[in-house]
Amino acid sequence: MTLKVKSPLEIYNLLPKTNCKECGYDTCMSFAAHILDRTAKVFDCKPLVRDAEKDPKAKEALQKILDLTAPEIAEVVIGVGSSAIKIGGEEVLHRHEQTFYNPTAFFFDVWDTMDDKKIEERCDWVVSYKKFYVGKFLTLEGIAVRCTSNDPKRFAEVAKKVSEYGKPMILISLDPKCMEAALKEVSEKRPLIYAATEKNWKEFLKLALDYKVPVTIRCKNLDLLKSMAATFRQAGVKDIVLDPVTEPVGQGLKATFERVIQIRRAAIENGDKDVAYPIIVTPISAWLLDGDNVTKSYWETVIGGIFIVKYADAMILHSTEQHVVMPLITLRFNIYTDPRTPVQVQPGLRAIGNPSPEDPVFITTNFALTYYTVESDLTSANIKGWLLVLNTDGICVEASVAGGRFTASKVKSLLEETKIAEKVNHKYLIIPGLAARLQGQIEDETGWKVLVGPIDSGRIKGWLEKNWPPKK
Amino acid sequence: MKKFTLEEFFEVLKKYNVEEIQGVKIEGDLEIELEGSAIDLSNLLPVMNLINELANFFYHAKMTLTYLQRISSMLGIQIPIQLPLVQPEIKPAVPEIKLVPEVKLPPEIKLPEKLLDLKFKPYRAEWPGKIEEVKLGATKSEGGTREYIVTLGGERALAFYTFDSSQPNLPVVAIDVFDKPPALAKSVKVHYEDVLNDPAEWAKKCVKKFGADLVTIHLISTDPLLENRPAKEAAKTVEDVLQAVKCPIIVGGSGNKDKDPEVLEKAAEVSEGERVMLASATLDMDWERIANAAKKHGHVILSWTQLDINNQKTLNRYLLRRAKVPRNSLVMDPTTAALGYGLDYAFTNMERIRMSGLKGDEDLNFPISSGTTNAWGAREAWMTESPIKDDTPWGPRELRGPIWEIVTGLTLALAGVDMFMMMHPVAVATLKEIFNTLGGKSKFEVKDLDAWINMEV
Repeated sequence: MTLKVKSPLEIYNLLPKTNCKECGYDTCMSFAAHILDRTAKVFDCKPLVRDAEKDPKAKEALQKILDLTAPEIAEVVIGVGSSAIKIGGEEVLHRHEQTFYNPTAFFFDVWDTMDDKKIEERCDWVVSYKKFYVGKFLTLEGIAVRCTSNDPKRFAEVAKKVSEYGKPMILISLDPKCMEAALKEVSEKRPLIYAATEKNWKEFLKLALDYKVPVTIRCKNLDLLKSMAATFRQAGVKDIVLDPVTEPVGQGLKATFERVIQIRRAAIENGDKDVAYPIIVTPISAWLLDGDNVTKSYWETVIGGIFIVKYADAMILHSTEQHVVMPLITLRFNIYTDPRTPVQVQPGLRAIGNPSPEDPVFITTNFALTYYTVESDLTSANIKGWLLVLNTDGICVEASVAGGRFTASKVKSLLEETKIAEKVNHKYLIIPGLAARLQGQIEDETGWKVLVGPIDSGRIKGWLEKNWPPKK
Repeated sequence: MKKFTLEEFFEVLKKYNVEEIQGVKIEGDLEIELEGSAIDLSNLLPVMNLINELANFFYHAKMTLTYLQRISSMLGIQIPIQLPLVQPEIKPAVPEIKLVPEVKLPPEIKLPEKLLDLKFKPYRAEWPGKIEEVKLGATKSEGGTREYIVTLGGERALAFYTFDSSQPNLPVVAIDVFDKPPALAKSVKVHYEDVLNDPAEWAKKCVKKFGADLVTIHLISTDPLLENRPAKEAAKTVEDVLQAVKCPIIVGGSGNKDKDPEVLEKAAEVSEGERVMLASATLDMDWERIANAAKKHGHVILSWTQLDINNQKTLNRYLLRRAKVPRNSLVMDPTTAALGYGLDYAFTNMERIRMSGLKGDEDLNFPISSGTTNAWGAREAWMTESPIKDDTPWGPRELRGPIWEIVTGLTLALAGVDMFMMMHPVAVATLKEIFNTLGGKSKFEVKDLDAWINMEV
């Protein structure tokens, strides 16, 4: 491991120790602890930042805290403004050891020999893509522009066009002339350039320095990859992304798996700063395989999946089919969810769509995913009703029924606490299909008539059409 | 505030007979600002102000103060700025200043002629522990009638980290068979429609057509809430399946806590010698009875807990220490939650269990089994379209379903799962290819790895 700070005390000793609360925390010690787990930023200590402007000692303290708390893996910013993204910045090899921080950024490709209308369609798709999940919409990050024309003018033109969508970009060409032409148009948008190789590294190094853009270094040989990264760093390039080359199948994919893991382990376990940079993987390589489009897009998903779990900080994807995008965007969310924060919502009663006393009463758990799914399904289907949220310690319906966290007696207490009986003029409770076995027990315990709803809340609408209002 | 360009500033300097300012390089369209609306150029004060401002500007632009000092000396004035200046021992040839630590010269861009020559040193992980090897099935020489056996476990490193230690046994796939037609997603059902009412034929199809390494016969008809079929009758189905296929098998109950011990006991009896896996024992049922049946008839037991490493440890301990299940006869199912529906919990739980086992925790170093079919519970796998009106359309579910099972499985494979219980044939085939690939056994190859950069697709 590198020399990293282990205790908040080390940070505390560098802070003003006045407990001024300007940072929003009660004490400097508590603030130090939050800096350590990256839930607060040292720049929130206004007195220290102010002092650092005139007092060299304070400046030194500030710098020391920054050094002590710098992430193991360098953080690289691609893009500008509100859509800019950070990649890298990771601390650990396994998410339970802390958390993974910056989710793998997805870049979907366009190429410059595509006709303009198609380019627009793909860019529009990236910008407008939405997938509802746990109370919000998941979206996509960026667009990768490939130079397939070999024409600097056309590449620059397409780069410019794409840049107008305001998304972070990767410019892809191994030809420095094409790259420079594009950079002349869009370098102020801070695209990631792809890629410096053993052959073109001098020119790409110059481009990275001249245009102040992050640069990808692409090489299968890890000695050489490391040497290039160190050379670039020494020449003054800080924003480096490593591409150990994605081989899409067979022994090659196996070797890619090894390279990616070894780079990240060397950075975190050996403290090798020369490779402590974000890693980019290219599932798009699956399109080099023989076979039909479904086979290729499936395999692209497989490569994407493997490296979302194992350390890719950015990836270039080709397929815009939902059977590729939806599993990957969901997997990314799952892997990058902070395991230290329980995904629960407040238990209690929620009124959905201004319900009246005639409207149905549903019950679900306080597992955030279940809750938001049910809530959004009801809202989407314009259903009015009362939604009871049972405290199952953030466990889903099926597991909480099996594990004794969803019980008749807890349902009874919830009915009483929320005084739902005073809000409706009936005594019908609709329980999730997965809790069907509790029907009798809940009826006995509460005196309410229990109706077993569908297993999936997406089907509540159809279910209500048949079963509500209940036949007396 | 009056804005003053540098050009104007130089004009001012000219008035005071400053002919040239050597070495000052101004880039871009720079402006400096001055306090006061009218500037009286007849005395030196504004010039000093200007110098002051310019100093600040240079300071912020991280440019050297040397030039300012030179200007001021040419003008014969002291610099009235508040910067901690060490007095002017100026060497114009070396435009480097150590006066203010913040002031850094822009790094001289001098491109290297050749690359540094560094060696990458890989990290090698060594774990003290080893995952137990558990064998399923028994051939003739071992007292059974299986054509082959399946070995699970044996790892000394994380899954597929063969660069740390070789992986003796790659994960295997068991396909689910039910003794009465269950509720299945449409895209799964189409593959089994012809065999849904015949478990023996169903099992055959799984092995012959879909390449299953094992089959699991789930005796769901025994559920008191369904058909409540007696254990003895259900055991006949087990015999039929053992007749129909020659691979090792797994016997599952209905999940009813009261009935399962009896059902699995009977199944253990009729499959004596075949070394089946009894699925499963849980903390809230008579696990001891199932464990005893496994021991008595030489079978393996599946220890199933709900996403909780501590419960897994507890149940394993009970089975090992109280029920005296041999260490080579225990497999764990720490519960599989589908992609998007708690997969983060399932993944981390399994990864922690595996790492504990490798670190030497002897209550947790057993092979892991995953009920990957659970992936089909995700609405993204089976619903025709999103119920959320603002979602980007979901596309054909026939393609979404199998990939949902694949990604759920592959994620857990990376956490350390040794055996996957699955259903969709495409998912089975794809996952097996992934195991072969990461296990170093796949022969496919792509020559030109740069070709995607230029491809016009």
